[in-house]
Amino acid sequence: MGLLSDPNRRQALIKLLTRLNAPICFVCYFAGVAWFMGLAFEPFTLRTYMSENAMGSTMVEERFPAGERALATGREFAAHKKKVGGMPVDWLVKTMQARGLEVFTQSFSRTLPFPDENTERYVVKGTNVYGILRAPRAPRTEALVLSAPCTPGDNNNQAVGLLLGLAHYFRNQVYWAKDIIFLVNEHDLIGMQAWLEGYHHTNVTGMDWSPLQGRGGSIQAALSLELSSDVVTSLDIVLEGLNGQLPNLDLANLFYAFCQKIGVLCTIQGKLQRNDWDSASGYNHAVQTMMLMVMKQASGRPWGDHGLFLRYHIEAATVKGVNSFRHYKTDATTIGRLLEGMYRKLNNLLERLHQSYFFYLLPSLSHFVSIGYYMPAFGLLAVILLLRALDLWVQLSAQPSRTEDGVAGTEQSNPGVLSVLTPLVISHLTGAALYMLPVRFQEVAVEHFPVSETEAVVLTAIAVYTAGLALPHNTHRLLSGEGTEMGWRVLKLVALLYLAVLLGCTAVINFSLGFILALTLVPAAAYVTPHVPKALSAFFLVALSPACTLLFSVFFFQELQEMPVSFQDGWLLYLSVIAQGMLDHYLYGSLVFPLVALLVYPCWLLFWNILFWK
Amino acid sequence: MAAPLTLLMIVAVTVRAVLFRSSLAELISERVEVVSPITAWKRVIEGLALLDLGVSPYSGDVFHETPLIIYLFHFLVDYAEITFMVNSVVFLQFRKQKFALEADRYPPDCLELIRTPLEMHYVPLKVAMFYLLNPFTILSCVAKSTCGLNNMVISLFILCTVKGNVLLSAIFLCLATYQSVYPLTLCAPAMLYLMQRQYIPVNLRRVSFWWFVVQYLFMYLGSLFVLVCLSFFLLGSWDYMPSVYGFILSVPDLTPNIGLFWYFFAEMFEHFRLFFLCVFQINVFFYTIPLSIKLKEHPVFLIFMQLAVISIFKSYPTVGDVALYMAFLPLWSHLHRFLRNIFLVSCVLLACSALFPVLWHLWIYAGSANSNFYYAITLLFNVAQILLVSDYFYAFLRREHHLTYGLYLKKKDGSEATLVLK
Repeated sequence: MGLLSDPNRRQALIKLLTRLNAPICFVCYFAGVAWFMGLAFEPFTLRTYMSENAMGSTMVEERFPAGERALATGREFAAHKKKVGGMPVDWLVKTMQARGLEVFTQSFSRTLPFPDENTERYVVKGTNVYGILRAPRAPRTEALVLSAPCTPGDNNNQAVGLLLGLAHYFRNQVYWAKDIIFLVNEHDLIGMQAWLEGYHHTNVTGMDWSPLQGRGGSIQAALSLELSSDVVTSLDIVLEGLNGQLPNLDLANLFYAFCQKIGVLCTIQGKLQRNDWDSASGYNHAVQTMMLMVMKQASGRPWGDHGLFLRYHIEAATVKGVNSFRHYKTDATTIGRLLEGMYRKLNNLLERLHQSYFFYLLPSLSHFVSIGYYMPAFGLLAVILLLRALDLWVQLSAQPSRTEDGVAGTEQSNPGVLSVLTPLVISHLTGAALYMLPVRFQEVAVEHFPVSETEAVVLTAIAVYTAGLALPHNTHRLLSGEGTEMGWRVLKLVALLYLAVLLGCTAVINFSLGFILALTLVPAAAYVTPHVPKALSAFFLVALSPACTLLFSVFFFQELQEMPVSFQDGWLLYLSVIAQGMLDHYLYGSLVFPLVALLVYPCWLLFWNILFWK
Repeated sequence: MAAPLTLLMIVAVTVRAVLFRSSLAELISERVEVVSPITAWKRVIEGLALLDLGVSPYSGDVFHETPLIIYLFHFLVDYAEITFMVNSVVFLQFRKQKFALEADRYPPDCLELIRTPLEMHYVPLKVAMFYLLNPFTILSCVAKSTCGLNNMVISLFILCTVKGNVLLSAIFLCLATYQSVYPLTLCAPAMLYLMQRQYIPVNLRRVSFWWFVVQYLFMYLGSLFVLVCLSFFLLGSWDYMPSVYGFILSVPDLTPNIGLFWYFFAEMFEHFRLFFLCVFQINVFFYTIPLSIKLKEHPVFLIFMQLAVISIFKSYPTVGDVALYMAFLPLWSHLHRFLRNIFLVSCVLLACSALFPVLWHLWIYAGSANSNFYYAITLLFNVAQILLVSDYFYAFLRREHHLTYGLYLKKKDGSEATLVLK
């Protein structure tokens, strides 16, 4: 407390912070970035380990024998799917019943706010089929879920086959202490959303679904299976869920442990584990893996069917079979054994998975970065905002003392409040327009312009966004007086604190999103004043705006996936990403679009306003 | 003066009315930061239902408000929304009168430090604005937390005290005590202020001093006795005693809130409970004595300090309590130049207010964070409040110092001196 109460030392500290403000900010920014890049360096990360007792010490033996039969069932399923031209509900019900499950169906329908051009959906109607294997060993208060989406075309038939094969095998075992629910969901995420809402009696997105006729206990964990070939070279685990939520790290550990035990190649983000961390290419590989995770998490969308489970406090992951040109192949029996092992261990759980981390980044499956290690990277960026705010505060509190008289002080402060409030309100109204208008006005737009609905929505969003840039000039017309020197300082102070709180909250919920936004917004926020060269700074500010951040992210993501795109394709991809982001919000309740439209964009507009302060 | 006040009132009422009608109202009334087990409207409804059925409202473990509140709402239940709005408005009324205090009391040697009449003129407006437009108050009002009523009673007490009405002051103080025990500590500043008004010296050897204390305590305890008996006759039993005051003092409900109690008592071994209960509860009452001695010349500031201490250390604090003492801040606008940590404190308070719902979401809904995260923010919030209060206290003392010794202190050798708090 000496620092807080001793005026001399305080004075010295404040003087130091204000005089060296710019250099300290630079150092913080680069330290933050360097810290973040260092996270992927293996000696700085922790090895993953199983924290959950119930899953660690108990040995299980995997005996699943019927891989071939499962594949045959998968082929039968494919034939029926082709015949019906969609999900073969009757066949699935019959087959599941034949395997001794309690089978129920759920129908659902949903009209999208605007057509989804990627998957060509507009009015979606479908049926989920699920069978419950009742636990013979315990009161049926808990359940596990194994799901496989029924996708159109030739995809994922093997997954359904394996699911049915496992159901048949699991039925004959006596050790189950939790209900196991085998779910085949149509229209992937939409079906999953309907089923989960039905299971938990909630309706958060206004979808129509028929109530579930049968339930198991409360769901403890879930796996979603995606398998499109008879043999696979490796299995990939997908963890990123809705709003960047991740399942407990023990679930990933479990998967990794069994892959090691059975001898299956396992990947994360499609990247194999490498042992040469000390070489440049090894480090590069780890950075790529981690960056892919960061980009996916930041997008806030569910990257597999498991993503929606996480909202209900259910640990879930998607296991994807990958078939590449490697000659080391794994057959369906082995995958079946792996899943059997995982389910038996999950079956042993005495409480929900909670021992291990929920906040982590994975540079590889065997190493992880926990929240305590990655948060300083964000903290270093956020502290820049606070330093700038402190600097402004000192300037502001120094100014009135020079012209010290009470009357003038109060007279001046009134327009000050107004000049801060007006931009705040106007930029938030623009944000609200950005959130509301695109979907509301799609019909009008389609009538007047030769575009499809989806294009109309995306282009309206971009138009509103761009129109917001014209704001500063109009704001000033509304104001009676001239903007004062003090006015912009107060506005900037408010905007800096606003941004710091906003980014802080975002980073706590979704670190990746917070970090990426901080990476671009913080320099803009720290730098901008009305006294910098206008044209250059305007360009700089626009390049660091949220929309451009998204554009860069699209290119960067493609680059990371080793699928670089030309500018033309990238632009189209960008448009479709915007549409996807909005759909994720309306369909599943992803928060990224409202966050950006209602809070981040208005906040950025405040800085834009400061640049054009008159 | 009247026009801006009316405008302010219209704005405040409109904001509340809009929020009442919106879907947010339900969400807000569930927030643990806004309602406590004592003040939650849901529980009052439950108590009313029990009363209507002819069962004692305290027979379950849900209702913990005082009997008078339940009978008040028994008649007003249909107009509950309006009542809560009226509360806010009543609150505003008394503030009008407050600016009379503090003026022309100091020697005019430090003109800079004395507030100009013009500034004084704006104080009630600012106080009203701070209270009515404070997001904390709005939230608490929209949640229909009975905390608004407590705040009203306390503010009426302050109004009567400032106006010098001894009887009413005692009655309202007694009502406030009856509501939530803790305002008991406001007894000291009230007496100090009233004595100051009646030119009775605060001197333990004077008869007039003791005579006044006895008078005041008689009125206070007398009306407390009447209230307690009234409650007894209304309900026909003493059930409410353990259920209201036992509940406040022994803290059996450990629902997370913005206070300090829940986490400690959830973690604690049962046989230490009584000891730590005393340690925690004594905090509210303990500071009264040193503060009263130090601030005996400035009872209004003492009231402010006491309110802040209560809202920090009480067993079930809500943001409504915080809003009450924050409404006093414009009164001390003349201390701003001596405040040292105001920037830090306001940043921390701002960040904490935003992080409360976020961490609550992560803990309860997403399941990825845990109670430690939430409690960390609670701690930070309370530390910031304590810093705020102690900063104001320091600033007040420093201003006193400058009033007696002049603003620009010189050392003996003529160089500029600085004050160091050690």
